[in-house]
Formats: sequence, structure tokens, C-alpha cells
Amino acid sequence: MTPDLECVGLVKRFGDTTAVDNVSFSVPPGSFFSILGPSGCGKTTIMRMIAGFLDPTSGDIRIKGGSVLDTPPNKRPVNMVFQHLALFPMMTIAENIGYGLRRRGMGKAEIARKVDEALDRIGLPGIGARKVDELSGGQKQRVAIARCMVLEPDVLLLDEPLGALDLKLREHMKVELKALQAAFDTTFVYITHDQSEALVMSDQIAVMNAGRFEQVGTGQDLYYRPDTPFVAGFIGESNRWKGRIEAVDGGQVQLRTESGLAMRATGAGLAQGARAEIFVRPESIRLASSEDALSGFDNRLQGTVTSLLFNGAASRVLVEDDVGETLEVTLPQSGEFSALKRGDAVHIGWGAGQATCFGAG
Amino acid sequence: MTKTLLMASTLLAGLAGAAQADTLRLLTWGGYAPEDVVAMFEAETGHTVEVTLSNNEEMIAKLRATGGGGFDLAQPSQDRVMGPQMEFGIYKPMDVSKLNQDLFIPSMLKATMANTTVNGDVYGVPHVWGTSGLVLNTAEAGDVVKDYTDLCAPEVAGKVSYRLKRPTLIGFAFAMGEDPFAAYGDEAKYREIMEKVEAKLTECKANVKTYWGGGDELMNLVRSGEVTASMAWDTGGWKLNDDNADITFVAPASGALGWIDTFVLPAKGQSDDAAYAWINFVMQPEVAAKITAAAGNFTASAGADEFAEAGLKAKYQASFPPEAVDNIKWYPPVPAGLEAIEGEVLDRVQAAN
Amino acid sequence: MRSQSRIAFYLLLTPLVLWLGLLIVIPHIDMLLISLRERISFGVYDRSLLQYEKALTEPLYLRTFARTAVMSILATAITLIIAFPVAYYIAKMAKGRLQQVLFLLCLIPFYVSELVRTFGWMILLRETGIVSNLLQWTGLADQPVELLYTDATMMVGLVYTSMLFMVVPLVTTLESLDDSVIEAGYDLGGNGFSVLREIIIPHAMPGIVSGCIVVFMLSLGNYLTPTMLGGKDSLWFTEMIYNQFIVRSNWELGAAFGFMLLVLSSVIVWGMLALTGRTLKETMG
Repeated sequence: MTPDLECVGLVKRFGDTTAVDNVSFSVPPGSFFSILGPSGCGKTTIMRMIAGFLDPTSGDIRIKGGSVLDTPPNKRPVNMVFQHLALFPMMTIAENIGYGLRRRGMGKAEIARKVDEALDRIGLPGIGARKVDELSGGQKQRVAIARCMVLEPDVLLLDEPLGALDLKLREHMKVELKALQAAFDTTFVYITHDQSEALVMSDQIAVMNAGRFEQVGTGQDLYYRPDTPFVAGFIGESNRWKGRIEAVDGGQVQLRTESGLAMRATGAGLAQGARAEIFVRPESIRLASSEDALSGFDNRLQGTVTSLLFNGAASRVLVEDDVGETLEVTLPQSGEFSALKRGDAVHIGWGAGQATCFGAG
Repeated sequence: MTKTLLMASTLLAGLAGAAQADTLRLLTWGGYAPEDVVAMFEAETGHTVEVTLSNNEEMIAKLRATGGGGFDLAQPSQDRVMGPQMEFGIYKPMDVSKLNQDLFIPSMLKATMANTTVNGDVYGVPHVWGTSGLVLNTAEAGDVVKDYTDLCAPEVAGKVSYRLKRPTLIGFAFAMGEDPFAAYGDEAKYREIMEKVEAKLTECKANVKTYWGGGDELMNLVRSGEVTASMAWDTGGWKLNDDNADITFVAPASGALGWIDTFVLPAKGQSDDAAYAWINFVMQPEVAAKITAAAGNFTASAGADEFAEAGLKAKYQASFPPEAVDNIKWYPPVPAGLEAIEGEVLDRVQAAN
Repeated sequence: MRSQSRIAFYLLLTPLVLWLGLLIVIPHIDMLLISLRERISFGVYDRSLLQYEKALTEPLYLRTFARTAVMSILATAITLIIAFPVAYYIAKMAKGRLQQVLFLLCLIPFYVSELVRTFGWMILLRETGIVSNLLQWTGLADQPVELLYTDATMMVGLVYTSMLFMVVPLVTTLESLDDSVIEAGYDLGGNGFSVLREIIIPHAMPGIVSGCIVVFMLSLGNYLTPTMLGGKDSLWFTEMIYNQFIVRSNWELGAAFGFMLLVLSSVIVWGMLALTGRTLKETMG
């Protein structure tokens, strides 16, 4: 099947800086594709090139198989939901949604019908006559999407549209956006710096850093099987060490951190003596009151609780080990450790499979 | 020793000055109060002089707005004293005994006093006089333009400029063989004359490059050659004559129009003594000659001719052969109401196409 | 505390009241009274509507009145048409330093007085002036060209004088238009014209209206430019007012003219607001 959107060898330079460095990807029809990266990584540049506001220095952009490089933005079968939504404040909601249809020269009656349909679709029937500034943040969000969707674009681009919303609404809109995407059955390309938005909504996520794609995959891929230290560090939380490989044993390695901690970890393509970076997620570390409970783990340590960081389901304990390093460990909410307090001695352990190791140049 | 004396005397002079020093607020024309004359007067009398430059219409408008306040001495033309005084009461009678009458040319003093007498009180004495007529580039327009109406001749089309003000109306009326001054007392007759002038000026409009507003504007137009024939003051022509010998003032065949600018005391003037002192001061022949040099016009000061610059005298004599002097039409006082008629004529001429 | 803030309130209010009262309201009342009287004889006046009757029945006055209004509207329209692209470039296309420099360039003509500016135009455009000589030198004209004393020249002068007062409000409103709104206009299928018509102009409407009001008032009340550049055929209404007040000493008719001008500008400003469906409050505040 032809992908809805395909970028091939996309490069964009501004003077000496390369904002986008040879990026290729394809988005299958009807999927929700996210580009996730820190600010300044080049993700907005990619989006503006797809929308047609910037010309790539080299490379090609294809929509439904055809190159759109020579198509101006107002003719591309792509629409964009802007970061601050960019609703037209001088128009009513109905005029906003009907704007693109008017540009296509559609009849008044048909526009009115389509606008009503779209308003029904987004669950805001009957607000057509209102002004933009009479709507709440979430309603504006939905109107901005409806304004694009009435044009039935092949690809809908969304540029961090949730950034301006408060936390509660953002959580809600994540679910709603995913539902809207399913309802419209259109390909969404979503850019964000918020990993939780990307992880919750996307079918596929591209993690971008310094103009390049580090890894493209599902949320699970990125979380459990990061390809690069950047992805491992960027997605989720991690305890990280630098160290040196002491022995290689199939897919597993034996290494020692700079602080002198010996550890078993998983990592491919690493030679004995090589320098490496190790990532262990707080939620992969098992907390126990006795060493016996940890006999199944490859790595075991003993330490003292230095701090309790309560954050509901994401509560953590900071544990200081014998060599003086502090590790973050997820605090299980099963009640087992409800009496834990600062200064208590604890045992912690994790499997070699949960410690991911990358060569570090 | 001499230094101390000098200091003491300046100090004394300063004290004496302070005792009776007034500020004289003078509302006058450009050139009538040159800086050196003001400095001499201030040194001699201890008064200080504040000069405000203006023209006839603005002088009257200013005094009218304040009911005759804000100035201690003003210099409207003699024909603009009686009417405004009767209408607005903006001047106060002049005590001629406080003036040194020997300084004035007797005939001019007598005529001016007669023209500015209202209800038996004298309101004005003469200062500077002059004429308006034609300023021509004689090489280009000298053969064609002999009188005001010749400004409408096809030979000078597009090279003509005059003011849209009452002197133009009066001048054209004389050139057309009428006597508007004789009709001053007969409003219907005057209106009839003005209607004829209006028709002529409307017809003439195509010939005019632009109506000039200020003296500098006209000087630029004539000096640059854009205008070769214009209606203007004698001094303007004589000044241009210095730059270009072809340009000069010519008394028109029907007679130049003569005006006399006067001294009057505004009704709410506060330093009459200083005002009388100023009049007596500037009418001295040597001082009057300085003013003639600055303004370009002669004054009513008796004997000032001796001190006048030879060049200016020569130009005057060239422009005014004896018969032309006799032919000067002096403006009589304007009766109220005539200016309204003239105003309507001027507006209609300007709006005509 | 409370009484202190009240004192502060009155302290701030006093200059405003004084300004409005002494410089605006009282002179206008006086003017109105002057316009409503008729001279009977020396120093004797009577209440009468004669002045207004004269002003409204004399075709010359009415024609000048209408001409001044139409020319001012035309000058406003031309200023808007020229200023809009300039303002758009300054607000949206120029970046950083260039933006400041361009803005300053618009301001430079106002470093000198209006009189000097008008004289500048006269030096440029007169028959023996720079433009005329340039045309002859390049061979485009074989004799001196007089560019002064026409309605077109007067229009140039009026537009030039008013430019800044149109550019400033336009730049301010255009700057407040988010770039992404314009991009959204294109993204959703609009072309340059429809984006301009449906998005940029509606957004800039407050600036357009307030700029037009200011420029219209300035043109209507301009005295120097029409008299100096317009030449012999250009009778401007302010010139008639000046003539009545100063040259003819006819304050009564002058005051009546003044009130007609006040009514005219009020009506046209009101009309402009009504036409664009705005209130004065929205436009000015």
C-alpha cells in the first residue's frame, strides 16, 4: 500500500546550520505518527516543509506517492493545526470551519451543511455563530481540527497543539485526539516535545535529535528497546552510569562503572574493554527488605533510603549504595513498603535484561 | 580709574534705566525695527523692545482678538485705522503734543492725521511709505506691460503673478479707467466697479502662473525667471534689481498705489511713554535712514533723504519720474462694508475655473 | 488612605478638565456664539442665522466645502493604498534592524516643520526646479516643466504629509497579527488575495479606521499644503476660514465656516465607523 506521506533524504540548511539532516520516513495510511524531540531538534522545520512553508534543501516529500515539492501550500492535500491554533479571530466558528470550503468555491448551502456536520463530529453542535474568543481552550482545539478536517486532507499535521492547555485538559485531549483521529480515519502527523503525548496517542513515534531521527518505532519499542543512548535517556526516566566492559558473554556483558560498581547488562556489539553507558529504569528495580527476595536478579545491591519522593503512582525512593551512588527506585504501591522511611536499610536488585548498555565512543 | 568711572556710569545708567524702564511691545512689519536701531534705542532710553512681525490683516486680527491688548505700538497702513477703530475700538487717541512734530514731513503728517481722525481724536501718525505697481523683467516684458491690465496680455501668458488681495482690485480698477476711491462713499457704484474687475480678473486667470502670498515667494518666482511680470511693492523690484539689472519696479500708466504705514497706540497698550519715545527716536533723520536701508522704503522723516543710500535714491528716481510721483494714488481710509464686497469678489476669482 | 487616593484622582483629573474646558469647550462655545450673530453697524450685533444662510446658499462656499471634503477623502484613500504595503512590509517582512530603520525613515520627514517640508516640495517641483531640470537633462522634456500648482501636486503633498499617521496604526495592528494565522489562511487553501481580503484586512481594520480618521482630519484641516502647492485654482476650506477671520475681519462668517467644518468631519468620521461597523471605543481603545 502506498504510504500517505513519505519523506526521502530530507535536508534543510539555514546558512551553516543543518536543521534537518537527511531524514527519511514513511507514514502508512490512517496511522498516527509522532515526531518527538527536544525543542530546537528540527521537528518544526520538517513539519513546515511538509506543509509547504519551507522548501527543503534536498530530498523529496511525497503524498500518496506523488511529489509535492512544486505544489504551493494552499494547493497541498495537507492541512495543519498550528501550535496556537491560529483560528481566525475576525470570523465566527462557522466561518472559520467554512473558510477552506469557501476557497474551493463550494456553494453556501453545502458549506453550511458540511460545517454543521463537522461541528457534530467534534461534539460541539450549534456553536457556529459564536466568536472564537467565546470558546474554551479544549473547544478551540476541536474547532481547529474540524477546520482542517472538513477539507478531507490526506495528511493532517499537528504542531504541538496541546502545549497551551493546562495539565488536566491536556490529559483529556490526548484521549480525545486519538478518538478524533480514529473517527476521521485520517493520517495524523503530530509533533511534540512531550513524550507522554507521543506515547499515548501514536501508532509510531520518531525520536528526533539534532536534525536526525534517532529511532522510529512503536512506543513499546522506544521504551523497552531503545536503539541509542539518546532514546534511552529521552524516553522515560533512567538511572545512568558510565563504565567499561569487563567481559562479554553472548548478548550479556559484565561491566564496572566508574564508581566501581560491578553490573551485568544487555548490549549488542560491544567488545571487552570498550567504554559504555548503562541505563536502568527506576521501575525495573525491585525493592526488598531482605537479600533472599532478590535471588533471581543478576544485579543486587544493599543501601540506605536517603529520601522518599511521593508522587502518587509514580512515587520513588532514593537509595544510596555502598559506594556512595544514589539510585532512583520506584516505590511499589502495594502496601508492602508503606512503613519505609529515611535511613532504613533496603536491598535492591534488577535483571541483566533490564539494564541496557550502549557503547560510548 | 577710567574703568571705575565707566563701571559707575553704566551702573548709574542701569539704575536710571530701571527706574523708568518699560518694555515696548511693537507690532510691525519686517525691516521697520532693524536690530541696530533697537539696540541704539535700548541703550539711549533703557526701555526694552519686543518686536513682533506681521501684516495689516494680522495686526488688526490680533488687536481685535484681544480688544487692543498685547502690544504697545502698532503700524497698520493709514487706510486701516479709521474703519477698525469705529468698528472694534482697538486703538487709543494719540497725544500729538508728545511727539516732536518737526521730525515729520509736514504734508504727510497732516494728511495722515486727517485720514486717521475719528470723532475729533487723532489716532495715527505716518512712518514708512511706499507704492505698489509693477515689478517687471524689462527685457522680456517691458514692451508689453505698461499697466496692470497688460498683465492679461497673451505675450506674457503663464509668466504672470499677482496677489489676490485688495490692492490688485484697486489697481485693476484704475487701469480699467475707473476711480474706485471716488466710489468709496457709494456702495452700489463700488460694487459695480468691482464686478467689472472680477470679470477681468477671471478672464485673466489663465495668464497667471500662481497667486503669490508672501514677498519671498514672489522674489523667488521673479528671480528664477518663472515670472516676468508681476504686481508688487516697489522695494521688491528694487531689491531684485541688485541681482538682475533687467528687473525693476515700474510705475504703471494709471498710477502707482501709494500707502503709508502709521504708528498707532493699541487701546490696551501699557507703555505709551516708551511708544512716544520710540516714535520720536526713529523719526530722527539718521535713524530713519537706517530703517530705509533695512526696509527699502522711504519714511515720513523730514531730512532723512540726505542720509539715504545713493543707490536706492537712484532706483527711486528711475522708477518715479516727476509725473509718476504726481500720479500716485494714495489710499484713502476704507469705509466699512467695502471689504466684504471685495472679499466676495476675491473668493469668486480664486474659485473660478 | 482613601482621602489620599481621592486627592490623587482630582490631581490627575484637573489638567484634563482644564485642557478640555479652556482649550476646547469654551473657545467652541464662543465660536458658536460669534457664528450666530449679524453685524448691524459699527460695534452693534444682532442674533441671526444669516451667516449659515450665506454659507449654505452661496455656491462658491458650498463648492469649496464639497471640494475640500472630496479631495480629503481621496487623499485618505490614496494614503491608505500606499501606506498598507509599506506597513505590511515593515510589520511582517522586515526583521530586526531593517524594521527599525524603515520605521525611522517614515519618521524622518517629520523632523522638520511642515512649512519647510512644503518648501522642499516647491524647490523640487517648480519650473526651474530639480525635477524639471532632471527631465530636461535626460531628454524626457525639451522645455521646463511646471509641476506645481495642480491638484495632483497638492494630492502628493497631502499624502506625503499624512503618510506616517497611516503607517503607524497599520504597523501596530499588523504586528499583532500572528504569522501563523496568515499561514493558516494559505494552508487552508487561500491565495494571496483571499488571505488579504478575509484575514489581513479584517484584522487590520481598527488600524485602517483610526489611520483613515486621523489622515482625513489632517487633510481636511491642512492649510499650508493646499495653499502653497495647489496654486491658483485650489481654494481649500481652511483657507476660506483664514480669509474670513484674518483678511476680511469677518469673524461671524469665519466662525460659521468653522462649525460647518466641524460638522463635516464629525459626520464623515461617524460615517466611516458606521460603514465598517465599528464603534469609536473599539477603534480608539
